[in-house]
Amino acid sequence: MSLSLDDVKRIAHLARIRVSDTEAAQTQGQLNGIFSLIEAMQAVDTQGVEPMAHARDVYQRLRDDRATETDRREAYQAVAPQTEAGLYLVPKVIE
Amino acid sequence: MQWETVIGLEVHTQLTTKSKIFSGASTAFGAEPNSQACQVDIALPGVLPVLNKGAVECGIRFGLAIGAKLNRVNVFDRKNYFYPDLPKGYQISQFPLPIVEGGSLDIQVGEGDKAVTKTIRITRAHLEEDAGKSLHEDFHGMTGIDLNRAGTPLLEIVSEPDMRSAAEAVAYAKALHTLVTWIGTCDGNMQEGSFRVDANVSVRPVGQQEFGTRREIKNLNSFRFLEQAINYEVRWQIEQIEDGHKIQQATVLFDPDTGETRMMRTKEDAHDYRYFPDPDLLPVKLDDDWIDRIQAAMPELPGAMRARFQRDYGLSAYDALGLTSQREMATFFTDTLALAGEANAKLVANWLQGEVSASLNRDEKDITQAPIAPAQLADLVKRIADGTLSNKLAKQVFEVLWTEGDQHGHSVDAIIEAKGLKQMSDSGEIERIIDEVLAQNQKNVEEFKAGKEKAFNALVGQVMKATKGKANPAQVNELLKRKLA
Repeated sequence: MSLSLDDVKRIAHLARIRVSDTEAAQTQGQLNGIFSLIEAMQAVDTQGVEPMAHARDVYQRLRDDRATETDRREAYQAVAPQTEAGLYLVPKVIE
Repeated sequence: MQWETVIGLEVHTQLTTKSKIFSGASTAFGAEPNSQACQVDIALPGVLPVLNKGAVECGIRFGLAIGAKLNRVNVFDRKNYFYPDLPKGYQISQFPLPIVEGGSLDIQVGEGDKAVTKTIRITRAHLEEDAGKSLHEDFHGMTGIDLNRAGTPLLEIVSEPDMRSAAEAVAYAKALHTLVTWIGTCDGNMQEGSFRVDANVSVRPVGQQEFGTRREIKNLNSFRFLEQAINYEVRWQIEQIEDGHKIQQATVLFDPDTGETRMMRTKEDAHDYRYFPDPDLLPVKLDDDWIDRIQAAMPELPGAMRARFQRDYGLSAYDALGLTSQREMATFFTDTLALAGEANAKLVANWLQGEVSASLNRDEKDITQAPIAPAQLADLVKRIADGTLSNKLAKQVFEVLWTEGDQHGHSVDAIIEAKGLKQMSDSGEIERIIDEVLAQNQKNVEEFKAGKEKAFNALVGQVMKATKGKANPAQVNELLKRKLA
């Protein structure tokens, strides 16, 4: 499997990364290099092997259900570009 | 052409944990904007999620309640999309390996005694985090973001497309609402968005096997809107097809003001979420001990209780459903029964479904806020059963109990005494009154003897009036018949 230039541009759009045509072509080559690695791996017979969701064979540790965080809004909002009435302000988005 | 409606529901239930699914921030409703959004919730660089045990436990409890398969190993995935109320750029959810798979929920279809049971299959239920809130008004062309809700634990419950009408969809949504509040995984508060319904709706000619193209109605936050939205959508889809148009797969919103659904986005701009396992979270393992402990602590479920009420107490399906629509109502019923005796089950059910429910509705109260306790309802029912009160007098006693019970020490007997509401059972006294009534209403007596049945009822009415409603109507009937024979 290999990616077309359109695939690369679509992925870039989905990831909100602006790429020029030159960059897209470059990226296409790099991504296809990765795909050939994946193809090599897919050639391995994995019949009967459980798929892994994580590289380490351990399980998630769970936290007790307790509210432990205090209100640090002021500190967080001090680094935000714009706030008002306790809200973070962003350019208008309406779907 | 005859059309068949096909509906599947996706319900987002907010879990009842104190803290968020991946952080220690509080989930309490109604706090100052962003005062409950910590570094994990606002996605500061370098923060890591730590899974809340309480949220996983809610998932287990729900899975057990619907007889589902619990995936002993389940995995969290990233669902990628950009929106300002999702600061990480992805929602942590579960995709190929959700905590709950399969299971089902029974609903009652049809009214009253004609109701039949239908089983709705549940596809899956997965844990995920909620997003924040966008406020689009009043910020001079900007959008305000409140991230208090970001990271709130949700269990999204997805049904199979097993419902065939808006009424069935509402019955399922209500049964699910009853269940999640019953087992305590969700508070069920629809105004606060704790229970949000998306409906996938399509139509097809009756007899056709394949499903029609569906449209998804998003974010319905009341049972009434769910019903209205589906009914509108079904009419709209049938009209479109009959006019020769094809249905395009789309996401739509319901506008409660106009009662119409309108397009939000089509399939072409449907999101491409690029799910993949979240490397920040390890797979979650549910061990059998933990599941067994949760199972042991589960209450009797509404479905089982409903069947028991019908079997053991001879209640109708309708009564049994009504009494198990809310756990507190069922508890009120069983508590009352324990005091009034099982022989009075039907009477207790009638009072709870009748006067009590009507009074709660009138006062906009919940059963937990009822001004009477099971002990008083039990006393009232006992006084009906032993003939002290007629149904009519009992209603008067109930009214006093409900509105000014505290002035009478919440005692049924004290109210009967104070208000003189005891049913007259002294037959000598009733006979004396009957004789008076007969003497004063010779015309009715003549008419009755001439074969007019109505005249008899008029006489009963006169006697009841003369006793201020305190005579036992059955007894009056009997004595009167004897005297007129």
